[in-house]
Amino acid sequence: MAGFGAIGFLAPWLLLGLLALPLLWWLLRAVPPAPIRRLFPAVVLLIGLKDPETTPDKTPWWLLLLRILALGLLIVGFAGPVLNPTQTQLATGPVMIVNDASWATAADWARRQAKTADLLAEAGRLGRPTVVIQLTAPLVAADAPEFRNAADWIGELEGFEPAPWEPDYTPYTDWVNRQNQSFDTIWLSDGLDHSGRDALVAAFKNKGKLRVIETGNSPVALGPPQLNDGKIVMTALRALGGTEQTVRIDAFGPDPSGIERLLASFDANFGLNDLTAGVEFDLPAELRNRLKRFSIAGIRSAGATSLADDALKRRKVALFAGGRPREGQELITPLHYLRKALAPSAELIEAPVRESLLADPDVVILADIAKLNQFEAENLTKWVEAGGLLVRFAGPRLAAESLTKTEDDALLPVRLRAGGRNVGGAMSWGAPKQLRPFPEGSPFFGLTIPADVAVTSQVVAQPDPFLADRTIASLQDGTPLVTRKQLGDGQVILFHVTANAEWSNLPLSGLFVEMLERLAVSTRTTAPTKAELAGQIWQPQEVMNGFGDLRKGDDLQGIEGERLAEAIVSSDLLPGIYGNGERQVAINVLTPDRRLAPAAWPNSVTVETMAAVAEQPLKAVLLAVALVLMMLDVLATLWLSGRLWGPRGGVVTTGLLAAMIVLGAPPESHAQDELALRATHETVLAYIITGDSKVDATSEAGLFGLSATLSQRTAIEPDDPIAINLETDELAFFPIIYWPITDSQPIPSDAVYQKLNTYLQSGGMILFDTRDANLGGLGSTSSGRRLQQLAAPLDIPALEPVPLDHVLTRSFYLLQDFPGRHSRSDVWVEAAPKDAVKIDGMPFRNLNDGVSPVVIGGNDWASAWAINRDGQPLYPVGRGYAGDRQREIAFRFGVNLVMYALTGNYKSDQVHVPALLERLGQ
Amino acid sequence: MLHHKAREQAALLPPLLAEAHHLAASVVMGTHGRRQVGMGEEFWQFRAAQPGDAWRSIDWRRSGRTDAQFIRQMEWQAAQSVLFWIDDGLSMSFSGDKSRPSKGERAAVLGLASAILLVRAGERVGLIEDADPPKTGDSQIDRMTAQLAARQPDQDYGLPSPQVFPKGSRAVFLSDFLGDWDAISATIAKAADRNVTGALVQILDPVEETFPFDGRTEFQSMTGALRFETLRARGLKAAYLERLASRKAMAQDLCARLGWQYLCQHSGDPAQSALMWLYAALEKVR
Repeated sequence: MAGFGAIGFLAPWLLLGLLALPLLWWLLRAVPPAPIRRLFPAVVLLIGLKDPETTPDKTPWWLLLLRILALGLLIVGFAGPVLNPTQTQLATGPVMIVNDASWATAADWARRQAKTADLLAEAGRLGRPTVVIQLTAPLVAADAPEFRNAADWIGELEGFEPAPWEPDYTPYTDWVNRQNQSFDTIWLSDGLDHSGRDALVAAFKNKGKLRVIETGNSPVALGPPQLNDGKIVMTALRALGGTEQTVRIDAFGPDPSGIERLLASFDANFGLNDLTAGVEFDLPAELRNRLKRFSIAGIRSAGATSLADDALKRRKVALFAGGRPREGQELITPLHYLRKALAPSAELIEAPVRESLLADPDVVILADIAKLNQFEAENLTKWVEAGGLLVRFAGPRLAAESLTKTEDDALLPVRLRAGGRNVGGAMSWGAPKQLRPFPEGSPFFGLTIPADVAVTSQVVAQPDPFLADRTIASLQDGTPLVTRKQLGDGQVILFHVTANAEWSNLPLSGLFVEMLERLAVSTRTTAPTKAELAGQIWQPQEVMNGFGDLRKGDDLQGIEGERLAEAIVSSDLLPGIYGNGERQVAINVLTPDRRLAPAAWPNSVTVETMAAVAEQPLKAVLLAVALVLMMLDVLATLWLSGRLWGPRGGVVTTGLLAAMIVLGAPPESHAQDELALRATHETVLAYIITGDSKVDATSEAGLFGLSATLSQRTAIEPDDPIAINLETDELAFFPIIYWPITDSQPIPSDAVYQKLNTYLQSGGMILFDTRDANLGGLGSTSSGRRLQQLAAPLDIPALEPVPLDHVLTRSFYLLQDFPGRHSRSDVWVEAAPKDAVKIDGMPFRNLNDGVSPVVIGGNDWASAWAINRDGQPLYPVGRGYAGDRQREIAFRFGVNLVMYALTGNYKSDQVHVPALLERLGQ
Repeated sequence: MLHHKAREQAALLPPLLAEAHHLAASVVMGTHGRRQVGMGEEFWQFRAAQPGDAWRSIDWRRSGRTDAQFIRQMEWQAAQSVLFWIDDGLSMSFSGDKSRPSKGERAAVLGLASAILLVRAGERVGLIEDADPPKTGDSQIDRMTAQLAARQPDQDYGLPSPQVFPKGSRAVFLSDFLGDWDAISATIAKAADRNVTGALVQILDPVEETFPFDGRTEFQSMTGALRFETLRARGLKAAYLERLASRKAMAQDLCARLGWQYLCQHSGDPAQSALMWLYAALEKVR
């Protein structure tokens, strides 16, 4: 494909046609336009005249220009122009595609994969054997590169993933140097500086041509969270400066129900030439303790994700001490040392027990409290069993209590002997006891014991068989100093000395703080040192892949503490959270002091950037423009020859109008609009779809029959009945709705009930029909019960059976009963007010003005009304003549009901009294 | 086929006839008296009875007023024959604009309307190509309409068929007179020899009158037999108008010499004025 800069042509030889354009211009100019034919009877008068002008009329120059332009665009269009053509380079021989699949590539991984696929496709077209290498994959030294068909690698491309660590070039350099064959290399680099790059470049160049492709985007990464004066400081890093950039750092953590949510979001601003940008996260403690993960919004890579371990957590510690501190003796209260030890790194709660437990502390420390009242004991036990840590310190009161002489106290890890003992005091034998080095299984294992820590008094535990298991620190003579027991999910720990300096100088030493920290009472404020981590196996709890996604790491091998302390991620140390017991350590991709630098390539290597725009074929655009110009040409020619506005001009305008009408799409009509149109065009009777097809068919036929009767006998002429789906259709259009009750009807949702209540309140009427004659009274049959269920949430007033002077008995016909297919059941309507009295001389009482919102019965009226399209009744009613009469009365009831629904209490007016009296024979 | 054609023709009849009737109704007719004594219906004068007059002819009412006897005399209202020639060439079917009737239509309407008026006045009318002598009455009008509708023009320019005119009758020639002038003028001269007087109505389309064309044009006659191509029509306008004026002048000249009337009517102008002129022209001749 030949190209001129940004535009390339698929068939460049067609461009020779452009040479013909000037020739065409001359030709068109020379040839006059075609003559117009006119019918003219007076031509006989013209015969013999000489044409005064010999120069022909010329086509106007702008029309010529238009035509030339259109033709030119056509020619160029057919030559197949392409914007930003890709350069194909013809070459043979094997090619190695090398991928820096580090975390920096994860952000635009899809583009890289697409580019690799393009390169593979190109290699396939040229028939070159190919191999794809990921530089972050561990190298198996003996392997020679497997050059295969490019098509095979395209299939394998899906399986490649970026790794969350950085590539190590040294083993690959040796490996490449060892190969015998020559091959070209295409290197998709991640843009970051890694050591050993020059050697690898030289190795590749030895073997053949080297082509380096970068995306041109500068990777942005996130450093690990640091604590500074109680605030969390996050640092965003980038490799290239030169522009101002703002990135948003999101902090995630689990909410109380365990779902991970976005907790906070802050912006970090890079200045013009800055490569780092710091931001402080100022959050309330509640949120801070829940923080788990930080990531840069919009970038999905392991480098842009940073994990937080419990270094950020400030644990909530509730302190209790017995008695009240006397004035002037604050320094010797047990809590003083605890406060000093815990205050920098934990949140202290000092409140009565009930309030403290409500604040859900992580640790509860009881300093020299012997007896708890029952309420406190119960609550504390429950809290410990739910996973809390209870730390108790001994003291004179605990020593004096003889609580556990005979039985275990739930809140003490061991049974204690009353009294305790003194060593090394004025009145005792022996010197103050030193501490024995901590055994292996103890959480204090590895702590150095200062030489001057000594214990002078302690409480002593009863020798029980499990004492040895529960001891985690002991004195030189083997007596336990700290004991621990598990209680449910939590632990109870007892320090056999006081929390102040009365019985030992342990609280005065740094060992005290470390022991507390080891117990996860407090948290450390700095990164763990090698010494702290050493000697223990850390189990990966969650690990991160190259994209920054976390997954459970329970199935992975544990890591030694020393390896963890190095904190350099690689294939054997994945970034993630590692735990040992209660403590957690987070290993992040970037160490706190890491800075990103752009890749420095030697001058002999040219770096390509991946084209941000793909090829764009322009053929379609140019041809479209040429077409438009030709249409303009047609219009212009017509105009010049006078045909645009003449008698034939009408054709053109109609053509244009027709085109416009065809292109303008007609609006779609919504199904709801159709329903609304049908329902409001004429009065319509409606029924509710129950789901039982037979019942629904009967309803429809019944309402159809009623509509036909109404049309014949009254001024109401309803259209065909409409079926209503309660969930979706609007009810307001229908004056009366027929609702047959079946057992299997679904109970409608709350929204539907709201709709129904609105409908009833705004004047609608629902006719409930249980269809089973209500044998045994309303509510005794299954349909009756269903009706009660369905109607329970509805806003129905009090009901009564229809009194004989209700307007329903006289709203069109005079009726006494309301049969349907059955004739036994009562019909219930809204109860009349208690004070409705019958005035003398009137045949009826003046009942309420409104219309009853519901009419409930069980006479299966739809079956009595049901007729088919020919007018034949569908269901039998009664037998013989009496049945026909019953059907007739059923129709009359229907007419009365619809009249009542549409005209209300019109027939209750005094005006009708004389006529009624006459009809009633009085 | 004939039936179909006849039905086609019949379909044409009503609009033409209706239009002609409409036009005729819009013109108020004067009397068509001859101003001398003769057989007629209108009263002319009373004269004293002479020996030799029939007793029956004495008007006793007038005579009863005096001692003498008087005879009532009527005005001579002899029916005249008027022969119409409506040009049937294809050139008459030209119309310069859709909103205007073609020249032929205008000619037909004018001719029929004046025929209706004449028939009302009791004259005898007929088409020139009709073999039967001119007659009076509504049926004659229908016959004329049918004959007009039954025409099948195939020539560019029509010619009046060589016909022996009744002596002393009148003729009306409705045409655009673009055809062979010599032939037409010969016919007119022959008619004038037999003491026929009449009127020439030249019907032209406004487009033919003004020649508004421009650009490279090929003019052709209605059948396409005559063609003229020009590279620039605007340049021909002057010469064309001159030729048209000379043709009109020839027609006017002939009329002046023979004592006939001449009118140039444009098909864009309303037909009423032409009808009134025609009617007045026919009256003038008497």
